[in-house]
Amino acid sequence: MVKVAHVQLSSCCGCLVSLADTYEKLLDILNSIELVYCQTLMDVREIPDNLDIILVEGSVCLDDHHALELAEEVRKKAKILVALGACAATGGVTRFCRGNQMSKPVHSSFSPLTEVVKCDLAIPGCPPSPEVIVNVITAALNGDAEYLQPFAELAEKGEACGCDLLYKVVNKSLCMGCGTCAAACPTRAIEMLDGRPNVLKELCIKCGACSVQCPRIRFPKLIEEIE
Amino acid sequence: MDAFGKYKTVVSARATDKKILKKSQDGGIVSAAFIYGLENGLLDGVIVADNAGEFKAVPKVATTPEEVLEAAGTKYTVCPNISVLKSAVREYALEKVGIVGTPCQIRAVRKLMKYPVGFRHTDSKIALTIGIFCMENFPYMGLKTIVEEHCGVKMEDVVKMDIGKGKFWVYTKWGETKAIKLKETHPYEQIACHVCTDYTAELADISTGSVGSPDGWSTVFVRTTKGEEFFNKMVEDGYLEIKPIEEVKPGLGLVEKLALTKKEKNTKEIEHRKELGLPVPY
Ligand SMILES: Cc1cc2nc3c(=O)[nH]c(=O)nc-3n(C[C@H](O)[C@H](O)[C@H](O)COP(=O)(O)OP(=O)(O)OC[C@H]3O[C@@H](n4cnc5c(N)ncnc54)[C@H](O)[C@@H]3O)c2cc1C
Ligand code: SF4
Ligand code: SF4
Ligand code: SF4
Repeated sequence: MVKVAHVQLSSCCGCLVSLADTYEKLLDILNSIELVYCQTLMDVREIPDNLDIILVEGSVCLDDHHALELAEEVRKKAKILVALGACAATGGVTRFCRGNQMSKPVHSSFSPLTEVVKCDLAIPGCPPSPEVIVNVITAALNGDAEYLQPFAELAEKGEACGCDLLYKVVNKSLCMGCGTCAAACPTRAIEMLDGRPNVLKELCIKCGACSVQCPRIRFPKLIEEIE
Repeated sequence: MDAFGKYKTVVSARATDKKILKKSQDGGIVSAAFIYGLENGLLDGVIVADNAGEFKAVPKVATTPEEVLEAAGTKYTVCPNISVLKSAVREYALEKVGIVGTPCQIRAVRKLMKYPVGFRHTDSKIALTIGIFCMENFPYMGLKTIVEEHCGVKMEDVVKMDIGKGKFWVYTKWGETKAIKLKETHPYEQIACHVCTDYTAELADISTGSVGSPDGWSTVFVRTTKGEEFFNKMVEDGYLEIKPIEEVKPGLGLVEKLALTKKEKNTKEIEHRKELGLPVPY
């Protein structure tokens, strides 16, 4: 049995809902994994040692030493540390923090987990689809490094956002106007103008889904294997 | 270099319905397949490129044969078909979506099927992908310049455009035909097409184009098991008539030549960009 934990930092539980929303596919996975820690779903207070996979949702509040310690703890305890969802992977909506909020404890600075400790994999999206979570966990269980490669690369960069479309794709004459980025965006921040994406910065929450989904940024060879 | 990618069969075909043939670009394979799917419960909606007037192309979710027919015919300009995929599933509540696209768009669909990061409960709803052959595409203003300045025809008067026999053809509602050499259109091409090496939509379930078959007919590659089942049923039910590709002119040789030309030329461009340190899709 592969031991898995779900750990929450500063987040909204959306990624956990997405994980739970995998319907029958979750059952397939559950047959080979044992969920040993998940505060929302079970009454275990301590993260056990020596876990195979830890899925971390949420960003790290740099003003909160508990959060920083937790980040260190998950890194130490996990064989495979997965930054699950935009907040953990790229910062997501918590990137918009401007400091000086009145709420206590003080929350004035957030970083994605990928910026604080070394993560093995990062899954962007706000929230990531249930399907991709299943795919990543399955690939991790099977040691399918080829499939996981883009997620491993993202874990190193800790960055993906609507801006990438402009800098890396449109600005480099690579965009052929498929519209995938617009469909992927959870906030409808992308409109297609003359066959090119226009990112409305008021709506973009920097979840990274658009640029990760763009076939002109990354196109792993294995996509070409059709049955 | 492999010209066509993986496929099970390749034939020459055309729709049997005269209504379809009248509106469609070539043999009406795309429209016939979508109408067949809608009429026989294999699809409950399809994504097509509608003509928003003066050959401006807009993606559209069509749920009736009439809507499919309205969107028939090639628009030689960028149409972000995939942009409406999620709304087809969410807002139209479609369970079996058909989607037509240029080779690059089919690649985008394959990517989102394998890496569905931002596509919750979507990939399982994609029932059929039909790719159309493509050498290059044009931004709308480029197309307009070709038609209005090089062909001397007002966009509002155009009823059909076509590329074939080395020329770009424009047909007007007054019954006129204008043509210019394809060479004259090259400066208006979408530059992004120069790093594209897929001519025959290699990742589609079924792909089709005019090249290789006689006028009014299409060349059709059936590539996947899904595509094969769909295509065979369509033929059995009389929606398509088919001929062996070996018996038609100019035949597969020409498709191969064009596919390889595109691959070789654009592979060079990709290598060149790499040498310069510019990003390329990898
Ligand atoms: C930009 C472009 C370049 C092409 N280049 C070639 C070529 O080099 N060689 C070749 O053999 N064939 C080429 N084709 C394909 C060809 O023009 C026909 O689209 C194809 O043969 C299908 O014809 P049909 O009669 O089966 O389809 P129809 O029944 O006429 O249906 C065509 C379908 O394609 C959709 N469509 C139209 N324009 C676009 C668009 N811009 N983007 C996405 N979908 C669209 C329509 O909505 C419709 O559903 C090209 C098509 C395009 C769009
Ligand atoms: S544009 Fe949309 S998909 Fe892209 S990063 Fe912003 S919110 Fe996410
Ligand atoms: S997803 Fe498609 S439309 Fe969006 S930037 Fe990439 S190539 Fe362009
Ligand atoms: S040439 Fe390639 S990139 Fe350009 S429209 Fe055709 S399929 Fe897309």
